[in-house]
Parts: sequence; C-alpha cells; structure tokens
Amino acid sequence: MSGYSTYKPQSPFMQWLERRLPIASLIHSSFIAYPTPRNLNYWWTFGGILTFMLGVQIVTGVVLAMHYTPQVDFAFDSVESIMRDVNYGWLLRYIHANGASFFFLAVYIHIARGMYYGSYKEPREVLWILGVILYLLMVVTGFMGYVLPWGQMSFWAATVITNLFSALPGIGDPIVTWLWGGYAVGNPTLNRFYSLHYLLPFIIAGVVVLHIWALHVVGQNNPTGVEPKTEKDTVAFTPYATVKDAFFIGLFCILFAYFIFYIPNYLQHSDNYIPANPGQTPTHIVPEWYYLPFYAILRAIPNKLAGVIALGLAIISLAFLPWLDTSRVRSANYRPAYRVFLLVFFAAVIGLGYLGSQEPTGGYVIAARILTLYYFGFLYVILPLLGLFETTKPLPNSISESVLREGSPAGASAPASGA
Amino acid sequence: MTAAATAEPTRRDFLYIATAAVGSVGAAAALSPLVSQMNPDASTIAAGAPVDVDLGSIQPGQIIQVFWRSKPIFIFNRTPKDIKLAQDADWQSLRDPQPDSARVKQGHEQWLVVIGICTHLGCIPLPHQGGFDGWFCPCHGSQYDSSGRIRQGPAPLNLQLPPYEFLSASRIRIGENSQA
Ligand code: HEM
Ligand code: FES
Repeated sequence: MSGYSTYKPQSPFMQWLERRLPIASLIHSSFIAYPTPRNLNYWWTFGGILTFMLGVQIVTGVVLAMHYTPQVDFAFDSVESIMRDVNYGWLLRYIHANGASFFFLAVYIHIARGMYYGSYKEPREVLWILGVILYLLMVVTGFMGYVLPWGQMSFWAATVITNLFSALPGIGDPIVTWLWGGYAVGNPTLNRFYSLHYLLPFIIAGVVVLHIWALHVVGQNNPTGVEPKTEKDTVAFTPYATVKDAFFIGLFCILFAYFIFYIPNYLQHSDNYIPANPGQTPTHIVPEWYYLPFYAILRAIPNKLAGVIALGLAIISLAFLPWLDTSRVRSANYRPAYRVFLLVFFAAVIGLGYLGSQEPTGGYVIAARILTLYYFGFLYVILPLLGLFETTKPLPNSISESVLREGSPAGASAPASGA
Repeated sequence: MTAAATAEPTRRDFLYIATAAVGSVGAAAALSPLVSQMNPDASTIAAGAPVDVDLGSIQPGQIIQVFWRSKPIFIFNRTPKDIKLAQDADWQSLRDPQPDSARVKQGHEQWLVVIGICTHLGCIPLPHQGGFDGWFCPCHGSQYDSSGRIRQGPAPLNLQLPPYEFLSASRIRIGENSQA
C-alpha cells in the first residue's frame, strides 16, 4: 500500500504523528498518489459505488435500529411506526430497503465487469476470492434484513431459506432447529437475525479493507488487460479517479433517488405489508429480485438435495474462475469467442432471474433447466476448453499505445449488459 | 530458544505442546456454550407440551389446522372415498413408499393426522387442492394425496406424522404416544 507516496509531512504535528502512526502517508499513497491505469472506463466506478452504498446502508441501518423492535409481537408495528410516526422515518426506511437493491445492482455489475475484463486472473485471484466472500456476506445480510419487518414474505422467506439446510442428510434437521432456536421460525429466530444483521455489515466493511489492500498490492486491471508498464500508462488516483467516481456516484444516485421518491415499493412485495402469519403461506412466494437467478436454479432441479447443492455451487463456482478460465488473455475485447459466450452467460443469468419470478410450471421449468445447464456448462466446460482453442486478437504493447492509437480510445467499448 | 538448536525434543518442547493441547481443549469448551445457546431454550421446549384436540366438530371431508410446537397440524376427517383412494394407491411405486395403514391408527382409518409442513422447504400446503385428493404446496408445486403422501413435485418425503394417540373415539392428544 505504501511506496507510491511522495508525501512529506509539513507541520511539526504531522511529523510527530508520522513517526508514531504513519496514517497520513498511508492515506496519501492509497487514495491520492496511487497510480490507476489511464484507460479505465465507467465500469470501473462500481467499486466506489459499492463502498458508498455500504456507507449508506450502515448509516440508515443504525438509525432504523433506534426505532425498530426485534420482537415478533412488535416488529411489524415498529416498522409501520417508522413509516408513519418517526420524523423522516419513511425516507430512512425507503433508502435502506431500496439501498439493498441498488447495492446488489452495483455488485452484479461489478462482478460482470470483472468477468468481462478477466480481472480474476493471475495475480488477482485473492482479490477476486475476497470479492466472492463479500458477495456471500451481502447475500446473508440482505436475507436477514428482509426478515426483520416480519411481514408474510419475511416469515416465509425465513422458513424456506433456513429449510434449505434440511436437505443435508442426517445433520440437516438438527441444524435447522439450531438456526431457528425453536421448532419453527419464531421469536428466537427474529432476535438472532437482528443481531447478525447488525453485525455483518461491519464484517463486510472489514473484508472490504482486505479487498482494497489486495487491490493495491496487485494494482487495477484495465480494459486492455495489459499491465501498466511505464508511468505514461497511469494517472494519479486523485484527482482523476476520485472525481470520475464521484461523478458517476452522482448519476447512480439520481436513479436511486428516483426509486426512493417515486416508486419506493416497486421492488417490494405487497404481501410483506401483511403481518407474518405462521398458519398460512402466501399463494405466490418469491424472493427479492437479486436472489431470483439462484432461486430458479434451485427450482429447476427436481431433487431436493441436488437442487440445494446446485444453488450453492452456482455461487461458490465464481471463486474458482481464476482456475476454470485457462486463457492467458484477460480482456474479452481481445477474445472474440469468449466475448460471445460470456454475453450469452449474462443473458442466461438475467433469463434465470425472470424465470425465478414465474410459477414453476411446464415450459418455465424446461427453460430454467436449459439455462441452468448453460450456466454450469459455461463455467465448467466452455471456459476451460476455450482457453485452449480460441484465437485471440493481438494485444497492444502498452496501455498508452492502445489509448493514443488513432486518437480513438480502444477498450472504451463496454460490455453490452451487466448481469 | 535454545531448544531449537538441538535435534532431540526437550522437556521444554513437551511442555509447550502439552500447554497448547490443554489450551485448545479449553478453547473448544468455551465455544460449546456459544453454539449451544442457539438451540431451543427451556421455555420453548416447555411450550412444546402435548395438546388435546376434540374431533367431534370436524365434518366429514373437512381438514382443520391446529398448532403443536408452533407447527401446523392437519387433521383430516376422511370420507369413505378419501380412504379408498388412499388405500388403493399403488404405494410401492411412490417416492416415499408407505401404505395407508402405516399412516393412520388402526381402527381410526377415518382420521389422518399429519404435520402440515411441506417436506420440500417448509411451506404450508393448501388443503383440497392438487390432483390427488389431498394437498397442493403453493411454493414449488408439491402435491400430496389423501394419505399425505408425496405424489408429485420436488418434496422428497411424505407429510410427517406427529406423535399422537386417541384418548377416546373423538379426542386425540398430539405430542404423546404411549401405545408406541
Ligand atoms: C450490507 C449492508 C446492509 C444490507 C444489504 C441491508 C439490507 C436490509 C434489508 C433488505 C432490509 C429489509 C428492508 C425492508 O423491507 O423494510 C433491512 C432492514 C433493516 N436493517 Fe439492514 N441492511 C444492511 C445494513 C444494516 C445495518 C448496518 C443496520 C444496523 C446497524 C441495519 C438495520 C436494519 C433494520 C433495523 C432493519 C428493519 C427496518 C426495516 O425493515 O426497514 N441494516 N436491511
Ligand atoms: S416448500 Fe412445498 S414445494 Fe417447496
């Protein structure tokens, strides 16, 4: 993290501090002098957006926690009182609830960016795996948060998701009872989910520090996938990256604000405004949109245990990408075949998301099976083989060559969609 | 650190290893209450005491739902037609093969008492729906017959039977089974 810094403490106090805790030079070398490739496009701003969203969730979450009651008889009413009685409570809750969605939107784009430009490849494997861990932690945190308002969807999501563990032979049922702290989802479950929902974002923040540390050891990838070679290939983090990130966070916030102020319940399920009823399952239960592709994979497989394993494997497999992809060329811009297969993969994930929201009957199940097959086929068959057979395009000698050639910045073309 | 220089393990090495071993047993012991506290507490277990249900008011063909240990329990007053369908089914070919006789109490074939939790992922199936004269689960489409056996869909097992006993011809106690 250090090493780039030209920082020299000026004032006597900063010199005194530097000799005891070199925090100012750490910040300077990490976020000011840090060299970033000069050809980064806007897909690279999503890391900043994610950090920003984590901050938004923590600030609004801590404030919501001042008014929320984690007890089955009061939880639903306390959320309603946040909406009606607490000053700006509606705003804070809508920011937090939609914030989770936008957090996931950003993380999916961030992951898709990494896949498109081969950012997981040597030497960025640890950085990538830390990212997969962050995503897993987000999944768990978002799920537990969704249980807190204790509406019908909260209750039944908690029931269905915890029951996934019951598929494990032998140890399944004891694990589920242990997770519930009872014979069904109930007050002990709500209480512990609240405790963990409060805790996990701070664990996420800790892993983010590791993620950024790893990033600053190996450096950022870029649209060409060619490592920076000379100083001409990079620019300083501040002002270039800082301002660019800030600008795009602003644009992102416009969309975010549109949801908060104009369609705050668009991504919510109306059933969650009905208090939890352990005696009746809503007729159509679906998880939040950001879990739908994995839900579709679960339902595509007719066997319970196999379905649960496929669900887990679909996420965990991302961590193996650095070893599944055998090609030495990073960026899809120089891998024509990979580019096509990858864009189809993104489309398949979006397709699975759509199917996950539909009733699991007839043609929908068959379509989900085909897309599930492609999902795993892409990761475990296409990726390893493609690296051996694909003819890649010639790489530029350096980043600056690619940027300055013909005056049109190469690599500015971006993936057509984020999964 | 003189011990490191000699190839032979010394008494000091032994002490280090023994200390670390005792320490890890202690750490594991300290972990166990942290894990154990998440299991059902005394009050939850106490609230799981048996419940008595009077069957007298249940009409033929009606399915009622009661709670025992926060689980929904279905009590189905089966009509002769329901019973016949359940008994005539080719049970050996089912996913979780069980004859109807193994799912009701002898002499009380009229009454089916099952835990109303889908064995797939825990939703509550809807009574009198689906193609098998029993239940249909709205979550992922499992279908159960008039004996509560899984006939179609992703659920692996039949609806489970709670422990229960007949106190009289029209009264059962769920949560206890002294005959068994
Ligand atoms: C990784 C960051 C976080 C994510 C993804 C997240 C996600 C969620 C979600 C999806 C809900 C349900 C919203 C609804 O339908 O009303 C929720 C509720 C809640 N969260 Fe978070 N959260 C995060 C951080 C936090 C933090 C740090 C705290 C507290 C310190 C917190 C406290 C709460 C509270 C009290 C509720 C219940 C009130 C409500 O439903 O609006 N959250 N969270
Ligand atoms: S929970 Fe009943 S079919 Fe999945």
